[in-house]
Amino acid sequence: MAITRIIFPRLILLLFVVLGVAIITFTISHLIPGDPARMIAGDRASAETLENVRRNLGLDRPVVEQFTIYIGNLLQGDLGTSLRTNRPVAADIRTFLPATLELGTVALFIALCLGVPLGVLSAVYKDGPIDQIARTVSVCGISMPVFWFGLILIYVFYAHFQILPGSGRLAMGIVPPERITGFLLIDTLLQGRFDAFCSAVYHLILPGFVLAFANMGVITRQIRASMLDVLQEDYIRTARASGLRKGVIIFNYALRNALIPSITLLGLALGDLLYGAVLTETIFAWPGMGTYVVTSIQTLDFPAIMGFTIVASIGYVLINLLVDLAYMLADPQIREV
Amino acid sequence: MMTGLSLERGHALAIHNLSLEFPTFSGAIKALDNVSIDVGKAEIVGIVGESGCGKSVTTMAATGLLPKGRYDITSGSVSLFGRNTLAMDDGELQDVRGKVVSTIFQEPMNALNPTIRIGKQLTDVIMRHEETSLPDARRIARDILADMLIGEPERVMNLYPFELSGGMRQRVLIAMAFSCKPGLIIADEPTTALDVTVQAVILRLIQNRARRTGTSVVFISHNVAVVSQLCDRLYVMYAGRIVEHGATRTVLEAPQHPYTQALLRCLPERVAPKQELEAIPGAVPSLLHPPAGCYFQPRCKEAVDLCRSRSPRLAGAEGQQVACWRRGVASETSGQEGRQ
Repeated sequence: MAITRIIFPRLILLLFVVLGVAIITFTISHLIPGDPARMIAGDRASAETLENVRRNLGLDRPVVEQFTIYIGNLLQGDLGTSLRTNRPVAADIRTFLPATLELGTVALFIALCLGVPLGVLSAVYKDGPIDQIARTVSVCGISMPVFWFGLILIYVFYAHFQILPGSGRLAMGIVPPERITGFLLIDTLLQGRFDAFCSAVYHLILPGFVLAFANMGVITRQIRASMLDVLQEDYIRTARASGLRKGVIIFNYALRNALIPSITLLGLALGDLLYGAVLTETIFAWPGMGTYVVTSIQTLDFPAIMGFTIVASIGYVLINLLVDLAYMLADPQIREV
Repeated sequence: MMTGLSLERGHALAIHNLSLEFPTFSGAIKALDNVSIDVGKAEIVGIVGESGCGKSVTTMAATGLLPKGRYDITSGSVSLFGRNTLAMDDGELQDVRGKVVSTIFQEPMNALNPTIRIGKQLTDVIMRHEETSLPDARRIARDILADMLIGEPERVMNLYPFELSGGMRQRVLIAMAFSCKPGLIIADEPTTALDVTVQAVILRLIQNRARRTGTSVVFISHNVAVVSQLCDRLYVMYAGRIVEHGATRTVLEAPQHPYTQALLRCLPERVAPKQELEAIPGAVPSLLHPPAGCYFQPRCKEAVDLCRSRSPRLAGAEGQQVACWRRGVASETSGQEGRQ
């Protein structure tokens, strides 16, 4: 089967990627100046205390041995203990990752729902007013820095009109639902907590839109360009000469083919969302991976930084796998051969 | 095979004095100049001429397939089974195309949608124009594929275009064109991209099906030899004008216009062995700045002063008409002197 032929090598690749990332992050963490033991024990700690802390952390052992221990733990899903929170990094990630994924998914959904139709309209009515507006909007989306756009939206909708919340995932007075998946939208619905669900949706609007906006611009441009290419193809002329309706031609005959070159870009956009999330989360005080990682960097929390890096790289490999699978779905020439 | 006979049964397509321009930054390109073409019911008519002489533009204008807003029709009318296609809106044109008139294009490799199965592409067209259920539409599609000598039509319908050869794809496209029993088929260089061995088969398929179903066909080709075996009548086009027109036999055996004569002298099969093949000197004129008078005059061995100053109009008996001052029957084209 073609599908196993695609998935299997990717999974093997995943192992190598994780190993490579582990080696790099481990090396960097040892090369960077700064002594974690000193950070934990404090500036005034005695040499003896420092030595104790080092021994507890295993920092006194040879580097190679430290690395073997690290990889061994990694394979068991143990990413080490955060120096800052004193909790296992894996547990921290489990806590914060769903918030980021939820924000990212919502943002991708918004970006697709607005970007694809805008790109299609823009191509179909090339050089018309819709096209001009769509192109202006996408240039704005691409060129506006996330932190600036986020602050403007917060100022307008939260500070000035006070119609949308500007921070957090839920309103103050609302008790968070019991954690099942960590996705508030899902957990609240599973528990029938409609008040919390509405509050969660409400809180997602601004950060979701900010995160979506840049990617929407990229998607609109890509869809527009590939639609323009496809609409010139001979098979579109055939469809027109056969009297098929305009809507059928645009959506069934053209868009599907136009999506194929856009899939790679969607994969990249998904990656972009992860990275854009760091800034967006910081602005909107969103308790997700972005906020977690920024704080970890500020406090030189190496295990947390390394854990995040590894999880992020696994995410990238999985996204690439998704991209390949999407290609198979969209292009019969890849699927059937 | 006289023209009068077929035309008595009425017109499938009547293009009358059609002139068409493409506006560009450097001026209007006069793509068609007073083109008149009649196609009778159940008649097969050929349009020949070099690339860029306006063959495809003529039929695409008649079926509303040219890009909207990129061209101006400056005069003339088009009647498709008595209906004026130039006055139709998008919806009406969509109803007509595929049902009343179908077009088979040149490039079978790209003319089918690469991501949709053959069967679905056929049934999409059939169900667009006929009130049928999907199983019925598939049956119609299967029958017509079988009629195009495609073995295992059921299997082919489940394939994607990239799994078929060029010849097979062209058969599928012909099947698609015939699927809703249109009264007129426009075959725009249907075999140009195919192997010579496949060409003859494809041409026969179109001809046979058209003769059997009483469908009119317009064959567009730059290859006189291809068209001559199939068509009842021929139109010879040069630089956006019809220069000669008549029954195929007459035009081929007694060509009148110097261009037609030169065109025929270029055919290897019409020249004695060991004799050198002729080529027409010069090139097709730019339609942005066309020459004065007859457009062929810069390349014509027989050109006289009159040819260089005034455009001849198509004239002559019903059986054969020619636009040439040197043939004595021509009269002047109206409204030509102003633009030079």
